Amino acid sequence: MSDKRNVYLDHAATTPVHPKVLEAMLPYFTAMFGNPSNLHDIGREAKNAVEEARAKTGALIGARADEIYFTASGAESNNFAVKGLAQANSQKGKHIIVSQLEHFSVLHPVKTLEKSGFSVTYLPTDKQGLVNPDDVAKSITKETVLVSIMHANNEIGTIEPIEEISRITKEKGVLFHTDAVASTGWVPVDVRTLGVDALSLSGHQFYGPKGAAALFVRKGVRIKPQIEGGVQEDGRRSGTENVPAIVGLGKAAELAAAEIPNRMAYLVPLRDRLQKGLLEKIDHMVINGHPAKRLPHNLNVSMWYVEGESMLLFLNMAGISVSSGSACTSRSLKSSHVLTCIGTDAAVANGTLLMSLGMGNTQEDIDYVIETLPPIVQRLREMSPLYEDMIKKEKGK
Amino acid sequence: MEQYSSKVMEHFAQPHNVGEIENADGVGTVGNPVCGDVMRLYIKVENNIIVDAKFKTFGCGAAIATSSMVTDLVKGKSLDEALTISNAAVAEALGGLPKVKMHCSVLAEEALKSALDDYYKKQGKSSPVKLSADTGHDHDMGE
Repeated sequence: MSDKRNVYLDHAATTPVHPKVLEAMLPYFTAMFGNPSNLHDIGREAKNAVEEARAKTGALIGARADEIYFTASGAESNNFAVKGLAQANSQKGKHIIVSQLEHFSVLHPVKTLEKSGFSVTYLPTDKQGLVNPDDVAKSITKETVLVSIMHANNEIGTIEPIEEISRITKEKGVLFHTDAVASTGWVPVDVRTLGVDALSLSGHQFYGPKGAAALFVRKGVRIKPQIEGGVQEDGRRSGTENVPAIVGLGKAAELAAAEIPNRMAYLVPLRDRLQKGLLEKIDHMVINGHPAKRLPHNLNVSMWYVEGESMLLFLNMAGISVSSGSACTSRSLKSSHVLTCIGTDAAVANGTLLMSLGMGNTQEDIDYVIETLPPIVQRLREMSPLYEDMIKKEKGK
Repeated sequence: MEQYSSKVMEHFAQPHNVGEIENADGVGTVGNPVCGDVMRLYIKVENNIIVDAKFKTFGCGAAIATSSMVTDLVKGKSLDEALTISNAAVAEALGGLPKVKMHCSVLAEEALKSALDDYYKKQGKSSPVKLSADTGHDHDMGE
């Protein structure tokens, strides 16, 4: 079907590479293919490109270039931060505080540290996904070495009170890492304003390429390398640099630094239009996350009596790409730990869709989704024994 | 995740036998919304032959497709024949299922058995159906 509309609403999974980013990257695959560790001109050229990208990445988040360490993914940055900071500073103590809605690339390394003698406090959130800074303050002990709480949640989009938490960690002298993979490039992220000691970001989340990400580590903070054997990244992250991807990350950071206000101004009304349109047409639908403190491009909804993967498949047939939070799409058959954390009923959590917008989406795209999704939900509900039971119960009243 | 076969997608997109049978001779409901799927299967029986079968399912693509397939398979079968329909037969008729979705075919088999059991009980006969203790499925497979 050539007239089929394609609407990509899965920018939280990944974004397309911006044409200007691709243009900046291309020469580094061919003519400027050098290894930045070499002293000859071909090597210097690559080195200069990496350092320029470092400065641009730092500039996006208000950091100095020498506080930026390139990695291969957001997951690597989070692993590096959690393990590297905890291990390098464990002489102080072996207690870590995280929230229950962290990404698995924070939760799993923390679990690994638990096995090697660290103790971990997993903080709950309220029903909108907010961590209470008072809970952080109360949980800090003399043994606490690290607090890791994400800037914005990748599923429900809730933006955490990082500044308030960092006032507490600073006062108590505890290191504070934030996972800003979901938020960087979409809302202002400034390491000095946030007051954090370390911050993770990833290029492909904001129009850069996959394979280049970064960890900011405040000057003077000790971190233990997790990949050893080379001199790259000041000896803190070995391995020949992925130069084209790093150049792409730098370009994406430069574009984001200039465009964030425009992105927010464009996406918030578009997202709100989608939310309003769906709410008007679909009953028994719940919006997940915080109504205001939320990423501008995030809409996470749960529908009663229907299952997420079924909706996803029908939407896909109509050319609309979204993610689902259903148990059925995960290997474990467990619904999202984030939805569990905010107290979403397990049955309704299985009817969850995550729609994440991007700059390529138009109002027509959004109206097409508003037109397409409600009949899908209705069709699946008519097929659903749970919906049948609900209707019978309502009639019985 | 592995992709669905074209047969699965066909039965998911245009499922056969959706709905309920009024005054059905047997009804079986299995599964749990927490695990992501609930199947309800209705059968109409005449002279020991299943003359009609319909279903309602809350679940993923595989859950809907296996419901559609099991109702197709059972129609026209004798009660004894219906009892021998296995989850493997349902999966095979669909051109296979991704490994993580095999539990959906188990659920389809159990929904059928539960409907047959209900039929025998409604008839006041002793039921030859062996129901598994837990009509849901293994939902602790780790992360």
